[in-house]
Amino acid sequence: MSDIAERVKKIVVEHLGVEPEKVVEGANFIDDLGADSLDTVELVMAFEEEFNVEIPDDAAETIQTVGDAVKFLEKNSA
Amino acid sequence: MFDLTGRKALVTGATGGLGGAIARALHAQGAHVAISGTRREALDALADELGAERVHVVETNLSEREAVEALVPTAEAALGGLDILVNNAGITRDNLFLRMKDEEWDAVIAVNLTAAFRLSRAAVKGMMRRRYGRIVNIGSVVGSTGNPGQVNYAAAKAGLVGMTKALAAEVASRNLTVNCIAPGFIISPMTDALNEKQREGILGRVPMNRLGTGAEIAAATVYLASDEAGYVTGQTLHVNGGMAMY
Repeated sequence: MSDIAERVKKIVVEHLGVEPEKVVEGANFIDDLGADSLDTVELVMAFEEEFNVEIPDDAAETIQTVGDAVKFLEKNSA
Repeated sequence: MFDLTGRKALVTGATGGLGGAIARALHAQGAHVAISGTRREALDALADELGAERVHVVETNLSEREAVEALVPTAEAALGGLDILVNNAGITRDNLFLRMKDEEWDAVIAVNLTAAFRLSRAAVKGMMRRRYGRIVNIGSVVGSTGNPGQVNYAAAKAGLVGMTKALAAEVASRNLTVNCIAPGFIISPMTDALNEKQREGILGRVPMNRLGTGAEIAAATVYLASDEAGYVTGQTLHVNGGMAMY
């Protein structure tokens, strides 16, 4: 697992209070990890802070799984 | 009770009678207060009165979009966070409905409603992260009763009530409360300018037979901003001497 994936996983585990085993690449924040819509907004805010990037709203909408987040951040974070 | 020691508050429209009273009361309860308004001298005078500690002056004109966007980040930087946002700034551009100009409508909606939306949006971000926040929107009794000559003002103030409820529902799970205070007739330069007959006309509608004071609105604000009011959200607290009861 890449460093970015590890950091994403840590944020998701902390924020949603889920078992680390459940935070796999294909896990959907809402369907699989029990997030509500406000949680997804907060996760995006947490990613922005951790990776020091700005995630525009249209990009944020496409981030629905752990893998989506990792992919976006691998492409866009320094 | 109602101790605000260490809490960080931003009050808009602090140069007005109501905003000044609110800033004084929050400060007296121990809060750090950022006071925002259009008139620098009035802000400085208020800051002097409150003393050197726990006061920050932020000159802002809420009719300018950029100024609205900058206000919360500026206040957060000055205060080191933001726990309490009091959307108090308001303007009037009264006119009879058929004479009301688009500019009069737009100006009142922009400052009284849209600025409150933008400031709340900016403030909620940090409040959600910190899992604590109190937003108090200062509405008006006319948002509930209507008032001839004030379609714009009444619409904006009623809009605040709807915004308050919807936002309260969205952020309640994050320990943020959002409430509205609806003052009735309050002693201010505006009511001072009334003649005896107008004054009697107003008092005739107020069972308590007197005007309210800024301090009475400020006390309601302190309550809603306090830890003790943590289970109160989405509400409108009417402070009007009984002139309209809900």
